[in-house]
Parts: sequence; C-alpha cells; structure tokens
Amino acid sequence: MKRFYILFFAMICAFLSATAQQPQSTPASPAPAQSGTDAATEQRLRDLEDRIVALEGEIRQLKAQGQQPVQNPNAAAPTTPPAAAPQTQVAAAEQGAAGAATQSENVRLGGAGGAASKALNPDVSVIGDFIAGLGHNPVNPTPTFEMHESEVGLQAIIDPYARGDFFISFGEEGVNLEEGFITFTALPAGFVAKGGKMRAAFGKVNTLHNHVLPWVDRPLVSQNLVGGEDGIDDAGFSVQHIIPAPKNWFLEFTGQTFRGDSSDVFKSSVKNDVSVVGHLRAYRDLSESTNMDVGASYSRGHNLFGTDFITHLYGVDATLRWKPLQRAIYHSFVARSEFIWRQQNQPDITACTAITCPAFVRTGFQRAFGFYASGDYQFARRWFVGARVDQSDRPFDASLTDKGGSFVLTYWPSEFAQLRGQYRFTRYAQNFDAHEAFLQLQFALGAHGAHPF
Amino acid sequence: MKIRSKFFSAMISAALIASLLLPSAAEAKKLRVITTLTDLASLTQEVGGDKVDVEALAKGYQDPHFVEPKPSFLLKLRNADLLVLVGLELEIGWLPPLITQSGNGKIQPGGQGYLDASQFAEILEIPGGNVTRAEGDVHPLGNPHYWLDPNNGRRIAKGIAAKLSALDPGDQAYFQQREQDFEKRLADADKKWMTQMAQYRGRKVVTYHRSWPNFAKHFGLDVIGYIEPRPGIPPTPSHTIELVNQMKREGVKIQLIEPYFDLKTPNSIASMVNGKVVVMMPSVGGKPEITDYFKLFDYDIAQLTKAFEETK
Repeated sequence: MKRFYILFFAMICAFLSATAQQPQSTPASPAPAQSGTDAATEQRLRDLEDRIVALEGEIRQLKAQGQQPVQNPNAAAPTTPPAAAPQTQVAAAEQGAAGAATQSENVRLGGAGGAASKALNPDVSVIGDFIAGLGHNPVNPTPTFEMHESEVGLQAIIDPYARGDFFISFGEEGVNLEEGFITFTALPAGFVAKGGKMRAAFGKVNTLHNHVLPWVDRPLVSQNLVGGEDGIDDAGFSVQHIIPAPKNWFLEFTGQTFRGDSSDVFKSSVKNDVSVVGHLRAYRDLSESTNMDVGASYSRGHNLFGTDFITHLYGVDATLRWKPLQRAIYHSFVARSEFIWRQQNQPDITACTAITCPAFVRTGFQRAFGFYASGDYQFARRWFVGARVDQSDRPFDASLTDKGGSFVLTYWPSEFAQLRGQYRFTRYAQNFDAHEAFLQLQFALGAHGAHPF
Repeated sequence: MKIRSKFFSAMISAALIASLLLPSAAEAKKLRVITTLTDLASLTQEVGGDKVDVEALAKGYQDPHFVEPKPSFLLKLRNADLLVLVGLELEIGWLPPLITQSGNGKIQPGGQGYLDASQFAEILEIPGGNVTRAEGDVHPLGNPHYWLDPNNGRRIAKGIAAKLSALDPGDQAYFQQREQDFEKRLADADKKWMTQMAQYRGRKVVTYHRSWPNFAKHFGLDVIGYIEPRPGIPPTPSHTIELVNQMKREGVKIQLIEPYFDLKTPNSIASMVNGKVVVMMPSVGGKPEITDYFKLFDYDIAQLTKAFEETK
C-alpha cells in the first residue's frame, strides 16, 4: 500500500520536474534573462519548484520511516505550499489512514514484508577488536594473537516513549550479553530510566565499552578492584536526573540497583543480596574549548564469601578535556584520573577454611586502594599519543600492591578503523616485572553509533 | 475601616503579585528553540521574532560532523520546546545520545518538538545504488550541507514557521507575516547576490569537502574536484598531484575551504597552480561579523568575487 504512495509521489515528481526543468535551464544559460521573463512566470516557476522539493522531502521521509506509524500526519500538511494543497493534503490524509492500515498488514506479513519493512530493522553495527601481544606475564597472561571481542550492536527506537540498545560481545568462544536495556526517554519531570542489563555508572572506565577506551587494556585499578574487563555489569534498574545547579553547572545524579552479581566484586547468594550504585557528576565548560568533568561514585553489595560479607566501593573521577573548536579534527587533549577504594569484609582467621579462603585471600577486613592517571594528546588528524600511570592494591589482600605504566600510540586510517600500539610495564607485588607490547586493530561495520562523552 | 484597609492592602498586594507574575508568565510563553547549527537558529529567529528564544548548539566555525556531545548541551535541550536539526545523518555522531539523555519527551525523534529541516529542502548528491564506505564517510540520504542555497533557506523558514504555528497557534499570524517578510527580504538580497555573481557563472572551482553543492548550483559555479580524496578522508599526496594536474589542465585557480580545515595542502596547491585559497564560511557565526543568514551570503560572495577578480 505504502509503496504505491511512494510510486505515486515519484510519478508526480517526475512529471513536475519534467515541466520545471525546461524553463529552468533558460536562466542558467550564460546570459541571465532578467528583463525577458515576466515576474508572474517566475513566481509560478518558483512555486512549482517548491512543490517538487516538498514532495521530494516527503518521499525521503517516507523512505526513511518505512512503514513506521505516522506520528503526526498533520505536521506534513502545513509545510506544503498552499498551491500544492489539492493533491498533497489529500495524500497526507490518506497517508494518515493508510499508516494505520499498513501497520496491521505489516504484522500479518511478518518477515516477508519486502524491502520497505526492513526500514524498521534496528541499526546494526559490529566492532571487531583484534589484539596481538608480545612479552611474558605470568599473572595476567595474554595470547599471541586473539580476536579479543566482536561486539554486535543493535539499536533502535522502540516507540515514542523509549529506545532499546543491545550490545552482544562474542569472544573467540562464547557469547556474552554485555548490555541490553530499554531507556525511557519521555518520562515526566526530566527523569531518564533504564531497565535491563547494563554497565554500572561507577566512575568512568567502568561505563565504557572496550572500543572507546583510549588504551588496549583497562587500568590496573579496574582489573584489581572493579572487576576488570566485565566490570560492574549487571541486570537491574537505573534512574538518572539532572539536578538544578548554579548557572552553567551541569549536575546529574544516577541511582542504580542490580541483582548483585558482577565479576569478583559482588555475588548474590540469596535473593535479597542486591547491589546498589550511586553516581554524582558535575560538569562545567571552562571555556569554549576546555571543560572539566568530575564525579563521585559509591557502590555496595554482598561479596563472594556470602550474604553476611559486604563490599563497599568508593570512587572519585576527574576528566579535563581540551579541543580547540576551529581545529577540532586535528588537535585535542584529554587528561583522566580515577581514585578507587574497595573495602570488604572477609572471614576472620577462625572461620577461614581452605575452601572459603584460598591462598590469595587474607582474613578479616580489607581496605584496598588504587588509581590511574592518564593523558592523551591528538597531534594530527589521525594520530594520538598517550601515557598512563597505574597503581592498585589487591582486593583480597590489600597489603600487596601492583604498579605499572603504559605508552600508547594510535593511528586512525579513517573514522571507522583504528590501529593502536601499547607498551606496558607492570611491577607486580610479588616483586617481578612484566614488559609487554600490544598491537590492536579495531574496525567498525555498519551504522556508526555515537560515542559516549 | 480597619477591615476595609486590610481588604485594600490585600487587594493591592494581590495586584502587585499578579503584576510580578504576569510578565514572567508572558515570558514563559516564548517558545524555547534549540537548533544544532547556527544557520537554522538564524532562520528560526527570522520567523520567530520575539516570540521565540533560539540558541544553536554548534558554533559557526566548527566542523558540524564532529561536535562533542557536551553535558552542557543537555542543560539547553532539557527545557527546549523545539529542536531543529539538519538531519541526513550530519549530526549522527553526536546528537542521538544528547536527545536520549535530555529527559525531554518533546524533542525525541517523532515527537511534536523534533523538526528535521532536511524534509523541506532540495537535497543534492543522493547516492544511487549500493552505498559502501569505500567511498569514505558518505551520507546515504544525500548531501547534508543544503542550507547554502537561499531557495532552501526560504523553504526551511517556511517549514519552521509552520512548525512554530503548530506549537503556538495563537501566534500563527505573527509567524506567517514574519515568514513572508523574510521571504521578501531574501528575494531582494538574492537578486543582489545573483547580480554580483552573474559575471562568474560557470567558473570552475575546487572545494575541500563536499560542503558547497547547493551553493554552487544556485550561483552557477562548477565544482570540478575536491581536496579530500573521499569525504572525511584527509588529503593524500597522490590525489593532490592528480588534482593539481586537473586544475592546471582546466585552468582552475580557486579553492573553497571551510574554516575548520588545515590550510597546508590548499596553500601548497595554490602555489602550484598559481591560484588562491578562499576560506568560505559555511555557517552563520563563522566570523563575528556574520550575524545572520543574509550576512553569511554577503560575506561568502564578497570573498568569492574578490578572489575571482584577483585571479582573472
């Protein structure tokens, strides 16, 4: 049905453009005839041209929306010039009615709806992440070559009130739902809510997917204290709200509650062992090209030792960005740092058995601290250099501290591919050093989704 | 008596409070419009007059493909009654997450306060057949730099006026009247611009990015090549040599460059073909003196005619 209308519009268009193109070529010829053409004809031509453009626009909209229910058929009608009223208004009215009709028809057709129904498919993207590693590291070994992750993103607007985002990451073997959530975008009073599985809003690095990190790996403090690559990534609810603040300050609070299972950070042994995350973000533009972003995070949940054992996480993060607007594609600088504290109750010496307390676990209350600080500078359109300093205690034995540092060089052949080299030095608590070099290839297919800020 | 004076003082204070509240209520009636680019802001201002508060997110001298989705933009978006965007995936790299996080139901795609201006404009360079990124950062829906044709400016203004009237039906006559007035002034200005450019119709030029097809079509310029080998891909030596040879062959002297691109390659091309680099402003606000849509063309045409004169 809808295809018929597109065809109909196309025919009108073709007809009108055929009529319009001939006279249009006259003024385009070297000698612009200013006196010859009379004003009325010119006006008519202009109206005709406008009608074609309006029709073309409608066709584009129809094509882009596919068979989506027409939200507001009246919105299209007043935009067409009055001269076009006879045809287009009727068409618009019919289109409104047809919108509902084709909708049900479409459901009946299912997957066999032809090209037009594909317009409703979600935006699909795949991001490949290939890593080659050199060097010896017995604590955290990495393979020589690894197709580290293939992340499939499926994103679409669900209805006028919500959108959905899925990120499914395929390892070389095994699949993991990295995130899959619905975002309610039209709630009253400016609230934004999410439900599903998502990366928790704890600090900065925990919220980022691998492919947007400025490094090949994640900082030591993330590895040791916040669950490493998977991080705090759990099923639950999230609510965020912008808090009224003094002029030019952006203040936002995010509150989340999860089932309570995240890597080695949280473990839910009974149903009530939920975990919570709270994040407060303050942002301010210091100038047109410089801005600062600070945050404080808290998280609490039950840990591996059982329902009576609690882990608290505290974090502060700060980011300073510089990007001169007029040369934004050539130069930028970002400095980032996060400080994280992890406190957890562990079984005391009398309760400790070989099963609950493996060799790496110390008894009693553990208070571990770690941080990273990094800087990344873009010195040409396709080139970035960066460095990072790492330090972190071990969560189950806070008396052990790992330290390290990295240098990173990144090259972008285009927006959709990235080549990165990283040298990493780590001095582990047991007093041995690891020198490693990584080469990473990242490439994106499909709809290029926006990067988080 | 006492009761009466109490009554009067109550009346007076009520009147005072009302008088304090009323202007703010009248002010609150102003539509808050956020546009992605300054050009759309200027057009909205033309038709909206003092019934709207308009602000653009990006600056006029910024590459509109690569705007950072700063949280400070959320402060503007969350209270907006209307969001006007260029569309055709120009803002795809930064606008969608801002809209999602704004917590503003009105401006969500498909909502009453979401206006994609591309539906009103004549769009050029719509790729046919299969589109792949082997052609660079192509826009599958057509070239999004469409506002640089005064005819499209007029059509967009008309579309914005219709949308403003739908959101604020009480001021419909006001918006229509302003739109017609704008149309008249634009037609007069366009006549002037066309006369200024008349003697240069058919002149060949090279541009950095494909930002100027609508401008070139309207003013009869012939764009024969681009400094970017493909959209979004920075210049390569081999492509530059090819372009220089082509420019020499066809006697092309003028390069049109957007203000956000590096001038190194254009300058070296200019010295090789003995030509000129013209930094043209694609948007309002690209220079402090370009304060509205009219001044944008005034500026660009002044730059262009000067360069044509100098390279005769």
